[in-house]
Amino acid sequence: MSDLSLTKPNNPATQRGFTIFLAMLWRDKLAFISALVLVLVVLCALVGPALLGDLATNQNLRGRNSPPFDMTRGWAFFLGGDSLGRPMLARLIVAARSTMMVAAGAVATALIVGATLGLVAGYMGKNISQAIMRLADVIMSFPSLLLAVVVLYVLGPSIPNMILVLAITRIPIYLRTTRAEVLEVRERMFVQAAVVMGASHGRIIVRHVLPVVAPTLVTIATLDFAFVMLAESSLSFLGIGIQPPDITWGLMVSQGRPYLTTAWWLALWPGVCIVITTLALNLLSNWMRIALDPAQRWRLEARSTTDV
Amino acid sequence: MIKLIGQRAIASLLSLLGLMVLVFFLSRLTGDPAVLFLPIDATEAMKANFRALHGLDAPLFEQFGRYVWDLLQFDFGQSLRKARPAIDVVMEAYAWTLPLALITLSLVVVAAIVLGSLAAFKIGGFFDRMVSIISLIGASAPDFWVAIVAIVVFSINLGWLPTSGVGTPLHWVLPIAVLFIRPFGLIVQVVRGSMLSALSAAYVKTARAKGVKNLPIIFVHTLRNAMLPVITVIGDQAAAMLNGAVIVETIFGFPGIGKLMIDSILQRDFNVVLAAIMVTAVAIFIMNMLIDIAYGLLDPRIRH
Repeated sequence: MSDLSLTKPNNPATQRGFTIFLAMLWRDKLAFISALVLVLVVLCALVGPALLGDLATNQNLRGRNSPPFDMTRGWAFFLGGDSLGRPMLARLIVAARSTMMVAAGAVATALIVGATLGLVAGYMGKNISQAIMRLADVIMSFPSLLLAVVVLYVLGPSIPNMILVLAITRIPIYLRTTRAEVLEVRERMFVQAAVVMGASHGRIIVRHVLPVVAPTLVTIATLDFAFVMLAESSLSFLGIGIQPPDITWGLMVSQGRPYLTTAWWLALWPGVCIVITTLALNLLSNWMRIALDPAQRWRLEARSTTDV
Repeated sequence: MIKLIGQRAIASLLSLLGLMVLVFFLSRLTGDPAVLFLPIDATEAMKANFRALHGLDAPLFEQFGRYVWDLLQFDFGQSLRKARPAIDVVMEAYAWTLPLALITLSLVVVAAIVLGSLAAFKIGGFFDRMVSIISLIGASAPDFWVAIVAIVVFSINLGWLPTSGVGTPLHWVLPIAVLFIRPFGLIVQVVRGSMLSALSAAYVKTARAKGVKNLPIIFVHTLRNAMLPVITVIGDQAAAMLNGAVIVETIFGFPGIGKLMIDSILQRDFNVVLAAIMVTAVAIFIMNMLIDIAYGLLDPRIRH
């Protein structure tokens, strides 16, 4: 992230970099569509609750489980109504916020904590490194279901606590990756040069090591975002995640389960939302792996649109 | 080899001990079983009686000491829920999960290796694209949702397969199919990537120059060399399966270790939770050993 904070928006070189980035995204049509989908989802999460919050909680018992693709009740009922007659489409849009918030919060927390510990473990001496790695081992072998129940019971069910549970379970991924990369990077010539020139540990880590590790971390974070979304929906589905009246897509699938035989759309649409979002994240992460790797970037840059 | 296994066993035993201590005390934080098991109008005396009966009234550290002492004599305590030895309950569940995991895993490995290799052979071709798209969708779909949709389609609408339970072979079809999807998506991508780099090796050119046909080149010459990263991913997926498929087992009412785990956690059946965690850890240890042996068999350079 530090490399972003160094650049200023009015810097012409940055603007050119941004255009090149967009052009590279345009070359991979699937990644471009994925990015559009994700922007749409984020927009829903940002403005959806403000616009549709009332509509999504407005009960209408005469419209209980009203079937989809029926325009007589208005556009909000295009995807049908739920078991209390609330419009599915509006609820899906509103649910995007907590779904995104939990996943983004968990990934950001795990990324920051994991990367920091990983940088320390990779850069500092053997003892600190060993202690941190054992911590990661214990976290990895601890059953996440039990952790979720403990946190839910002791701290109470809420979105921040859900973020806490998911972040703890994902920390080892970032920790291990960062440490492995740092172990290799710190032996490189430019790091030794910085040491010889008398740079402090902090400066070497932030200015020399972190920029090399960052692309890998960003790629993993994109992929992990999809994984965390699935994990959150699984926990919510089991009833040990987000609790009503908060609402996420995973919870909506679980709430629709009793009505499978009579109203299949209650469980289907939120699942479709999850699949589309994770698919977009996976495709974008595939593209990023190439775009952020200087050795492979030519595939997206110097390719004419005609050859494949 | 024996020495290596010994060292690994000791290291695993230490982390298992740490895990046990953590789980013992953290699970006690989730609440009092007496409240959960007795009727809602139970008197304090009845609750105290219940706690005394199950040794839950002693100070926490005394309970822990007693648990460790019993454990040293291979006594995992009683299950609160079933009033039977916890280890029996766990082993019974494992007898269901183990075949489920083994069947699913073998299907996944065979399918992923065959399809992944063929996709890598004609990179960018129609077959390759189909495999990539299918595997990507497979890796993106939440399993509980796939399970629900599968029940709606195959059990409710078509009426071909039972919705839940065990008994006939037909009961196994849907759980296996749902469990198959995600690991298949992951492993097929690794096989494809690994085969891709192996196919560019010099010995493949030699074989081609000697006039070897395509299929023998893929499955005889290259596959063995491309298997090492694949084995690693298979190991990760197998470990996940040994932990039990909580969601799939819950939805399909499959009496495996995953369902036992979530039920015991939710019902504060502490002894079963601990026994399940320890048995799983041993199973995963054994599997990791097998994976290491497989490495040695595939690549003689790793043997020492």
